[in-house]
Formats: sequence, C-alpha cells, structure tokens
Amino acid sequence: MSVLVNKNSKVIVQGFTGSEGSFHAQQMMEYGTNVVGGVTPGKGGQTHLDRPVFNTVRDAVEQTGADVSIIFVPPAFAADAIMEAADAGIQVIVCITEGIPTEDMVMAKNYLAGKTCRLIGPNCPGVMTAEECKVGIMPGFIFKKGTVGIVSKSGTLTYEAVDQLTKAGLGQTTAIGIGGDPIIGTTTKEAVELLMNDPETEAIVMIGEIGGGMEAEAARWIKADGNRKPVVGFIAGQTAPKGRRMGHAGAIVGGADDTAAAKMAIMRECGIHVVESPALIGETMLKALGKN
Amino acid sequence: MNIHEYQGKEILKRYGVRIQEGIVAESPDKAVEAAKQIMAQTNSKFVVVKSQIHAGGRGKGKVQGSEQRGVALAKSVEDVRQISENLIGKVLVTHQTGPEGKKVNKVLVAQDVFYPGESEPKEMYLGILLDRSKACNVIMASTEGGMDIEEVAEKTPEKIVKEWIDPAVGLQAFQARKIAFGLGLQGEAFKEMVKFVTSLYKAYVDTDASMFEINPVLKTSDNKILAVDAKVNLDDNALYRHPDLANLRDITEEDPLEVEASSNDLNYVKLDGNVGCMVNGAGLAMATMDIIKLSGGEPANFLDVGGGANAKTVEAGFRIILKDPNVKAILINIFGGIVRCDRVATGVVEAYKAIGDIPVPIIVRLQGTNAAEGAKIIDESGLKVQSAVELKEAAEKVRAVVANL
Repeated sequence: MSVLVNKNSKVIVQGFTGSEGSFHAQQMMEYGTNVVGGVTPGKGGQTHLDRPVFNTVRDAVEQTGADVSIIFVPPAFAADAIMEAADAGIQVIVCITEGIPTEDMVMAKNYLAGKTCRLIGPNCPGVMTAEECKVGIMPGFIFKKGTVGIVSKSGTLTYEAVDQLTKAGLGQTTAIGIGGDPIIGTTTKEAVELLMNDPETEAIVMIGEIGGGMEAEAARWIKADGNRKPVVGFIAGQTAPKGRRMGHAGAIVGGADDTAAAKMAIMRECGIHVVESPALIGETMLKALGKN
Repeated sequence: MNIHEYQGKEILKRYGVRIQEGIVAESPDKAVEAAKQIMAQTNSKFVVVKSQIHAGGRGKGKVQGSEQRGVALAKSVEDVRQISENLIGKVLVTHQTGPEGKKVNKVLVAQDVFYPGESEPKEMYLGILLDRSKACNVIMASTEGGMDIEEVAEKTPEKIVKEWIDPAVGLQAFQARKIAFGLGLQGEAFKEMVKFVTSLYKAYVDTDASMFEINPVLKTSDNKILAVDAKVNLDDNALYRHPDLANLRDITEEDPLEVEASSNDLNYVKLDGNVGCMVNGAGLAMATMDIIKLSGGEPANFLDVGGGANAKTVEAGFRIILKDPNVKAILINIFGGIVRCDRVATGVVEAYKAIGDIPVPIIVRLQGTNAAEGAKIIDESGLKVQSAVELKEAAEKVRAVVANL
C-alpha cells in the first residue's frame, strides 16, 4: 500500500528543462521513480533526459497517462502550474516551489476546491514512499522500507526524523512533506488521516512548527479517531520570539494558540508522544512501539 | 514587510480611503512648518504629533528617560516644536518594542480629528488578514476602537463582526453593509463606512497585503469615517510585482545584522542568547535553537543558510554571527541530503581560515551523505572545532561548552 505515490505512479515534471527540474528529475529517476515526461511551455516535441517534453500538462497526460506531477517552476508562475495540473486531471500535485505570493495560493486553493486532486505543498520537500517512489527532493539513501509514516512541515527536519528512524531499525512507508507556507494544499490532519487509514503504516511521526492551528486540529482528530496508531510529535520553534517570521512564510507566532508550547500541550492531551528535543524522535518511536 | 503609518495612509488614500491627513517631518523645524500648513487647512489650533516607528503601543509608550508619550496632542505651534524635539532622535519604548525601545527618526504631524460637532465621535476597529484555516481573507470589525483586538476577542467576542471573502468573487456589497450595520452605524456614517470598507479591501488585494489594521477607525462628529492609524504589512513574496511598494522598506527600522544577512541571501533573525547557530533549512534551524535551549544555553539567532551550504555561505554566516558580541559559542548543524558533508566540512574549514582565529568554541554537526568523511575533515583540520554526527551527540557537546561559559 503506502499513500499518495507508489511504484505504479506515472510522474511528470513541470519546469522539466530548468536547472532545478532537470537535477531533481534525474535524481528521482535514479531512485526508481517512473518519470514519464515533463512540461515546459514552448519546448513541446523535444526530448530531455531521454523523456518527452510537452507544451501543456494536458498533452502530457493524454500521451503518457501521467497521474502525478511535481512542480519546479519559479514562484511567479507556480500557482498557474498547480491549476494547470488540476485542470488536466493530475491526481497528486506536488509543488516544491518556495516563495509563492499568498494571494496566488488563495486563488489556487479555491480553484482546487471540489476537484478530486490532492495538492501537496507548496514550499515542501515532496512525497517519498520508501524504496518505491520519490516525488520530491528528499535524499533517497536515508530511507528504508518499513511501517512508520511521516508528516512534516519542514524539509531537513524530515530528513533528520527519517534518519533517526532508519538507524533505530524502523523503516518507513511514506513521508509527506506538507510545506511551510500559510496556505498549503494538504493539512497536517489530512496527511495524518491518510497514514492512519493506510494498512501498512503502523505508527506516525508528526512534525510541526510555530504558526497556524494545523497541528492542534490534527491532534484533536487523532484523539477523536481513537488513537488507533502511536504518534510521535515534535514542534519546532519553542524558542522563537512572537511576531517574527522564522524562515518559513507560515512560521510566525501570532497569538497564544500558535506557540510551540500551546501546540505541544494540546498534542499531549490528545495522547501523542511529544518530544521536546528533536534528537529523541527515533528512540521515542521505539518506546511507543514497545520495541526498546 | 512592515511599513510606517504615514506610508500606509498614503497607500489607503490612493484607493479613496478617507484618512486623518498629515505631513511627515524629520526635524522639529519641518514639523512646525507642517503644523502651520495643517492648522491653516483645518482652521484649527490643534494637531497631533505621532512618532513613526515599526511598533504599536506608541500612544501609551514613553521616550526613554522622559515622560513624553509617543503620540501627543499639540495645542499650539510651540507645543509642536517641544513635542517634536522630545521625540525626534530619541528612543521610544512601548510594550511592543521591548525595553531597548526604537529610535524615532520621523514624526507624522496630523490633523486633530476629534473636533466637536453635531454628534459624538466614535472609535472603532477594522482589520483585514488571511484566515489560514479557511484559506481566504477575513475582515474583522469591532465597536471597541483603540483596544487590542486579541483582548476584545478573548473578553467580548460578541463585539467582533467577521466577514470571510470568497476568493472567486471578492468582497460583495452585502458584506460591506453587514459590517457597517454590525458596527451600529446609520445614515451618512453608514454610507461612509460601506465605502470605507469597500475601498480598504480593494487596497488590500491590489497591494498584496498580508495585514491591514486600522485602529482606530473614527466616526467624526460630522459623521465622516476615517482611518486615524494604519498598520500595513505587505507580503514579501509578492513584492516583486510591486517595485513601488518594495521601495517603502525602511532599513533603519531593522537590525543591522539582519540587513547584512539579507543582502547575502541568508535568512537571519537576531535573538538575545549566547549560542549562535547556522543550519540548513528553516524547520531544522528552529529545532536547533530548541536544542541549544534544552542544553542549557540560549539561542543567539535563527540562521538558515539554505540548501547549498558552501564555503561562501558558511563564511558569510560566521561573519554575521560573530558580529553579535553576546555569542560565546557556535553550533553548525547541517543535514547533507543532496549536498555532501565532506564538501560542507571543507567549506567550514576554508571559511574558518578566511576569517582567521575565531575566539569562541565551535561545534560542527554534519549528518547525511559522507557524514564520516565530513567529521574526519573537521577533526584533522587542526582548528579548535569539535565535530559531531548524531544530533544527540551535538546536544551533549553544546551542554559541555555552555557549562564552561
């Protein structure tokens, strides 16, 4: 099983011929992802990395049967790329681009409402199903196939968690990097729900950060859902001052509810194994699974 | 990006939002000149002198070492001179500036809008911001003008009117009317408020703002609606399509180290602690600050060097961190995914040598591709740098260093 992407996913790359798109498409193919082509408007008909280039996502879908897209286009054009993918019938749209204007994302998210597709990101490291399919920029070698699912707002902190799990002997199903922007396609709760309903996933790591209310929403859902699987949680930014944006556009403490302390308290109340130090994610998961 | 009150009001005025008129001044002489002009226009002896800093609470805030408030009513030209002298070049402390305060470089000399007339003036609140959970903009209005909206939301939530805006169609007339009725307005003031809200929302969308806070919005004694204050935040990610707004940035309001970091494309936020840090990725950077705290230190900064941590970015990072005199130790935490740890290690060694002797202990934690090779390069460099591979190991080394400070 796993969620969102697997070895049968047919992936296209939007922004295929650009430097980021080319580099990561190559990396994804080396990991074994079935990249069936790419889209660069005006370069349709060319071949790049031994794959066909299309002018539009619709052309790519019609001719390759692609169902997953990964977006590497610059911020000014990224919201448009998301909507184009949705219009063409892509089911899983992964947007890596950082720095998209918020108003553009409000429009894109509104455009996606009611459609069957799922957007992951933007401003995220992508989605990775261990030893099957990488649709993102995560380093493949740290992953090992197993039973732990990961949901995270952050890139390198996800790698940190995965690395600790692998070294603790705990492999992974799917890691979902949901992104650090104020408006993202898939919320923490929605990603956790996907993993909770995945029969192969036995436990979940949920990594959040300051700003917004998504972690609290996810925690309350986990409890209401009956704490079916152990969840280890961490919130980055316990030491972040109020009102300052910490790198990610969405990582800013506004009121009393979106501090790390407030989120961690709600997560604890909802039965999540909350770690104060990100160095303890692996060993806490071992304990939660009764394996230490 | 934050801008000043006077800049925010200029934007609003362009969109037909009625504002408390004023003239910005950088010296007491200019303030006096401005006051004379406004007094002549308004046929009044009164003007308000408002310090222009990027922080709220100016009306209650005081200039360091004096009783001068950050916003004051002047009843004569002599008053204007005195108040401006008390403010310009001085440090204003408000509940938002922290005890160190902020230097006042400019004052806004503004018309007195609380003049007597046919009805009582009434202060209200209007804000526009993004509702992250609903993924759309929300307009918030309250009859409790001049008060902190968070406090109103907590104590008397029934006094807040909210209208969520459908992104597909934008603000509708009925919504503007609901807000105006919700504020208890009628007659001319009601019509004025509908126009005010409509123009304000257009300004918000057109400028790619991330927050507008008009507190207070005033109904004057002759039933006009106007913005007495304007707190305007603009979306940094959208500034590329608003070069005129990007020019409103006032770097004197920012920490000089943060300005230097941003010119080097580094994401740096200065904090008050004693352990500096340099990390790749924003989430891991926040997590690293948390580790410093858990190990007994206090983070001196947030610093994300981005994906391509190389000798050049590491050197720029070192230089900025070391300019902060409070820094007594540095933790570098790089998770090398695509970027290889041996390259980062070489970069750290090169950067260290380029700077010369760094007087504080440094812990370099490199994890990911070629982590062992990276640690070896650090250990064999002959520099006073400790290496670590696991995050736990780095935390323990920070603890040992902090214990000796």
